Amino acid sequence: MPESGTRQIEGSRAVAETVGLCRPEVICAYPISPQTHIVEALSNLVQAGRLAPCEFVNVESEFAAMSVAIGASATGARAYTATASQGLLYMAEALYNASGLGLPIVMTVANRAIGAPINIWNDHSDSMSQRDSGWIQLYVESNQEAVDVHVQAFRLAEQLSLPVMVCMDGFVLTHAVERVELPTQAQVDAFLPAFEPQQLLHPSDPVTIGAMVGPEAFMEVRYLAHHKQMQALDQIPEIAAAFEQRFGRSSGGLLRRYRTADAELVVVALGSVVGTIEDVIDELREQGMRIGALAIKTFRPWPAQEVREALADAPVVLVLEKALSIGIGGIVSQNVHSALQGTDARIHTAIAGLGGRPITKQTLRALFTRAHENELGATTFVDLRRDLVDRELQRALAKRRSGPHAENMLRDLGAVAAGPLT
Amino acid sequence: MQVEVRIHGRGGQGVVTAAELLSVAAFNDGRHAQAFPSFGSERTGAPVVAFCRIGDRPIRAHDPILAPDALIVVDPTLLRQVDVFGGLPDHADVLINTSREPDALGLGELGERLAPGRLVTVPATELAREHLGRPLPNAALLGAFSAQTGAVSIESVIAAIRQRFPGAVGEQNVAAAMQAHRHLQTRPRALQRGSGAELQIGQGSHA
Repeated sequence: MPESGTRQIEGSRAVAETVGLCRPEVICAYPISPQTHIVEALSNLVQAGRLAPCEFVNVESEFAAMSVAIGASATGARAYTATASQGLLYMAEALYNASGLGLPIVMTVANRAIGAPINIWNDHSDSMSQRDSGWIQLYVESNQEAVDVHVQAFRLAEQLSLPVMVCMDGFVLTHAVERVELPTQAQVDAFLPAFEPQQLLHPSDPVTIGAMVGPEAFMEVRYLAHHKQMQALDQIPEIAAAFEQRFGRSSGGLLRRYRTADAELVVVALGSVVGTIEDVIDELREQGMRIGALAIKTFRPWPAQEVREALADAPVVLVLEKALSIGIGGIVSQNVHSALQGTDARIHTAIAGLGGRPITKQTLRALFTRAHENELGATTFVDLRRDLVDRELQRALAKRRSGPHAENMLRDLGAVAAGPLT
Repeated sequence: MQVEVRIHGRGGQGVVTAAELLSVAAFNDGRHAQAFPSFGSERTGAPVVAFCRIGDRPIRAHDPILAPDALIVVDPTLLRQVDVFGGLPDHADVLINTSREPDALGLGELGERLAPGRLVTVPATELAREHLGRPLPNAALLGAFSAQTGAVSIESVIAAIRQRFPGAVGEQNVAAAMQAHRHLQTRPRALQRGSGAELQIGQGSHA
């Protein structure tokens, strides 16, 4: 039996213990940083017999991990996996199958950048790239919330018969040792009923799941997927409220407001940076700035109405996000724009922390002050080394065969890099 | 009051474990704590940094610590290679693992900038060799840190070591930690500053 109680524990370990308390029957995973500690700890739980009945399937790739999860879930097993970065991309085709078939798989994404250039550090490029995959996407701010939201995720997934991604910042949360209250087995059992599948592959009652659907019904199947996911906008707050009642902690939900009541500037963000933002807001509030934050907890489905209400009184909105949609800019920002359509709010986008670039309090203080003073343009690349970019642009202009950007810039920085010597 | 600690060492010296143990010790004291490594593809021998925040309220921030209230240097050879004192405010406490006295380290400028008695050394590697037979100085450093700053109690440091390393190895580390703690307590400077539960560090901007 996994351990419970308040512990000073690594985020990955806390998630593994909690997933164990949710009694998964099949866990299939392929290790990738920064997800590794989670599946390592789970494999130890299974091997030690502390998690039974449960089969841990070592697979040869992330594509296989999701495929095994699909098979397991379709036969009525509670299935769990975890991945990050390239691993999530590698399972992309299977992700659409899981959601298209309506299989309630729960997956942790330990958020990490996507290459090239290869980068193991945290940002939200990986999960954001799968925002249209039909999976519900929940983002957590802390390891306590990671624990709590995983318990909620299984209930949500199985209530709706849809897969759920719990997105937690890689390294920043997965490798942080924090105080976490782990639920008890009895608490989780009372909160999370046994999995009763909506559809079941079983030899005694043969059915087909995943038939070919032509133009005659494909639109309708897709419409239903959308319809079903939108129901999560009602169920997520209900589940969060039920969780709070049973566990005495507020976690998850659609959104969380922080000091927004009289705010002239509201910062919209998601993930572990929200806590840092709140610390900075407290400092700026002491200096008289009317500033607040809106944490996005549920990104898919997009709680457009709730976002619109939460930002209704904010003349200035700054969306700070750790991902970039190349060719347009912000991703969360586009969603906020659509939610605020027709309002007078001035909306700024700040792209920050790509590939693990630290988002410091100093940087945030300056950024928020500029936003408040109306000194920001539509999109800001926070702490961008403009000198580095300009030098590389000059190089590319000067010479056709100027070589690879990444390696050129690393050489400018004095870091070891491959590439032609000049 | 929140205290932010930065630990510098090399891959393989247990720097990340030291930060974790410090956070567990603070947790054992009933406080909130957060430990995290500087993330990267660390290799044995490469410079490594780990962080620990200790406070009386839940810790929300997840940014790296740029202006630490306390600094632990596990490997003194880093003093000439890495900017270990980067961002260090004048009120900071500095603990360096070396058998030399602070005055002999050639850190004159830093010594003058820091408040009196804030720069302290402890022969943690020697103590580790003595008690463990191996040059693993972290337990001794944490014992010394407890005496130097009072940010964590020695009892909680010992409990954290035993939780992490049960059995003989744990007891050897406990012995090293206790001796390092005594080593600092018997130093005149440490005595002036007291070594009880009163929090000595972190007079900076942290609420």
